[in-house]
Amino acid sequence: MAASQLHVALAGNPNCGKTTLFNLITGQNGYVGNWPGVTVEKKEARLSSDKSVIVTDLPGIYSLSPYSPEERVSRDYLMGGEPDVVVQLIDATNLERNLYLALQVIETGLPVVVALNMADLVEKSGDKIDADVLSRRLGCPVVMVSALKNTGIDRLFAEVRRVAGSKGKAADHCFDSAIEDVLQKIEALLPGSVPAEKRRYWAVKLFERDADAQASVNLTRDAAASVEQLIADCERDCDDDAESIIAGERYAVIAHIMDECVRKAPARMSVSEKIDRVVTNRVLGLPIFLAIMFAVYFIATSSGAIGTAGTDWVNDNLFGEGFELFGVSFPSIPGAIEGWLASIGASELVTSLVLDGIVAGVGAVLGFIPQMFVLFVLLSFLEDCGYMARVAFVMDRVFRRFGLSGKSFIPMLVSTGCGVPGVLATKTIENEKDRRMTVMTTTFIPCGAKLPIIALLMGALVGDAEAAWISPLFYFLGVIAVIASGIMLKKTRLFAGRPTPFVMELPSYHFPSLRSWALHVWERVSAYIKKAFTIIFASTVVVWFLTNFGVASWDGGSGAFGFLPGMAGVPEEFTDYSVLAMLGGAIAWIFAPLGFSSWQATAMSITGLVAKENVVATASSLLHIADGTETDPNLWVAFAGMFPTAGAIAAFGAFNLLCAPCFAAMGTIRAQMNSAKWTAIAIGYECAFAWVVGLMINQFYLAATGVFSIWTVVALVFAALILFQLFRPMPKYAWTDDREPAAAAA
Amino acid sequence: MKTLGDVAIGQSGTIVKLHGDGVLRRHLMDLGLIKGTQFKVVKVAPLGDPIEITVRGYELSIRKEEAAIVEVL
Repeated sequence: MAASQLHVALAGNPNCGKTTLFNLITGQNGYVGNWPGVTVEKKEARLSSDKSVIVTDLPGIYSLSPYSPEERVSRDYLMGGEPDVVVQLIDATNLERNLYLALQVIETGLPVVVALNMADLVEKSGDKIDADVLSRRLGCPVVMVSALKNTGIDRLFAEVRRVAGSKGKAADHCFDSAIEDVLQKIEALLPGSVPAEKRRYWAVKLFERDADAQASVNLTRDAAASVEQLIADCERDCDDDAESIIAGERYAVIAHIMDECVRKAPARMSVSEKIDRVVTNRVLGLPIFLAIMFAVYFIATSSGAIGTAGTDWVNDNLFGEGFELFGVSFPSIPGAIEGWLASIGASELVTSLVLDGIVAGVGAVLGFIPQMFVLFVLLSFLEDCGYMARVAFVMDRVFRRFGLSGKSFIPMLVSTGCGVPGVLATKTIENEKDRRMTVMTTTFIPCGAKLPIIALLMGALVGDAEAAWISPLFYFLGVIAVIASGIMLKKTRLFAGRPTPFVMELPSYHFPSLRSWALHVWERVSAYIKKAFTIIFASTVVVWFLTNFGVASWDGGSGAFGFLPGMAGVPEEFTDYSVLAMLGGAIAWIFAPLGFSSWQATAMSITGLVAKENVVATASSLLHIADGTETDPNLWVAFAGMFPTAGAIAAFGAFNLLCAPCFAAMGTIRAQMNSAKWTAIAIGYECAFAWVVGLMINQFYLAATGVFSIWTVVALVFAALILFQLFRPMPKYAWTDDREPAAAAA
Repeated sequence: MKTLGDVAIGQSGTIVKLHGDGVLRRHLMDLGLIKGTQFKVVKVAPLGDPIEITVRGYELSIRKEEAAIVEVL
């Protein structure tokens, strides 16, 4: 042990309350969900009551097998020599399965303290666990705790300090004598450098033919051959393979322990089972799920409901006309800032930058917060109480069709609010290929910021921003894009492979603690607020610069570059001479086949890449409709006027809704992919896919009206390629990688 | 060979053997699905797959495809 520092590792099964305990004792705000596998990397923090204790939260795992990255991280850390004590957290309501990992952790020979979490729930159900007997059988202290109610924690750390000085010892529990014989013979063959308390662990690992263990123990050639002979003989005697023998022995030991320590009350149907009888019912499951989702979105986004009322209040009052509170009238934020800027005599350029650039841009984003907040409060509750795991269960069949699992559904639901927390939500998907594909496709789902674009499109297409039938059409487009992409990508070399197994524990329902629920909502809302104040803040300044600066090249203009509204003789429509106009003009050719080659439409797409919130504002400024919003018929007419046909309007919509998301979401994709190559693949794919879809919409519309060109042929070729990729059988190379990457590397 | 995927809803059974090899097999063993383990198939998802079983006192969902490597009695 280092001078005065004490390293404590926190180990346990997924969903056993580990992160809750970690947050409680360290005061950290890590996110906790009622969803197996929330902690993917290990986290470290000091104990809040004693800064000399460093606690490391290991990923939730079921075993110390060498197969999953989480299990490898955990075992490497445990065997790496740093931890002085391991706190093995056990979900007492699921004792049998949790003890399986506990036995393996005890076998590592490190000093272990077992913390029995949720013991209060066990007593409520009428069962009794005898902690003293359990402690004697496991050969280590056992402390009853409740991470949720903050009980037993002091006693837990008193035990941790008590065992910290001890050297650790080999495990007390014994397997069947025939197996013990073999393990002892293997132990005898281990090199002398392996310390006494760790010999048992390595012997068991070698018996399991664990490739990592074989590499790190470094047996002599003769010893390795003898070990292999011992294993082979034992397998023949038991008529089973080594891994099964050990797993069987462990569960046999656990069965003994359970007999001695647990007094079971007569079985009753638990609350969880009662809830599940209804919500995952064969007939009612899907309708209930749809009803819950409808309710969530109704509460968050429908007019008159809480979320929208909040958003409207922010938009109309805080950023609109000003408001009255308790009889005192307050000016709106832009009003107040405008007054202040005037009072200090700010120049026109500064006033324009602050009001038209920053306040307008950030304000547009902040207006979404109330809606976003309500949406995340509801979705986070569903996740933390355990319902989302059932959603994965109910929806898995659908997602498997295109190569994903039911777990990909949650990020997509969250993305309907904002793509940033949506991409973040992919971290619960263990399989790397699945996670990458979900990251790539989840932003196809229209997020909150895309809704004004949809409203504008609806206004331009049918003259009614609230036309009930078009809005779902764009969600439908998003879902189709996800499904089609899933099927197509799965057949490429990048994503090919066996479908990932879907073997998932369904956690018991529980009412989340207010603290962790609030943390979860905060994590998501803050991701969105951070986006508003960093990337969107910066991007609004960029967009403001692009639209307000340019060359005075109008009739009688000076030809100089500068701040256009400040120039002499500037025409009303100065944005026509802005940098954005030049930029839009320079790349408009890309969109000619999609039917929107005007520089304004191109410029709108550029600002949309920065943040989708910008698109409508850019349209209003480029089309010279003062303060035009998505519900302004004047803006609809002007907007529609940019396009030759309705097909081109639809193509513009499809491109902007499907192409790479905003800068903030792209940044999140970069962070989540943790690879420049994969970020480029994701964003490149999204843009290319959006362009092709836009091309097909425009060209097929033109073809239907009797207009053909070379691009009609190109669109047909793309359509044929997409259909081919969608319907061809899974190519051969997909089945060459039979084993998981982790296992192949082992 | 009768597998876990063939067991009707509401029926109980005992695991005889895990076939195949590699990650999935080991994962199922770690979750407590080993020779001699009793289980009960509780329900099937609305679209017919996956199934939910009770084993060792907890609920586990597993696709029929993966359940096919578990030989049962």
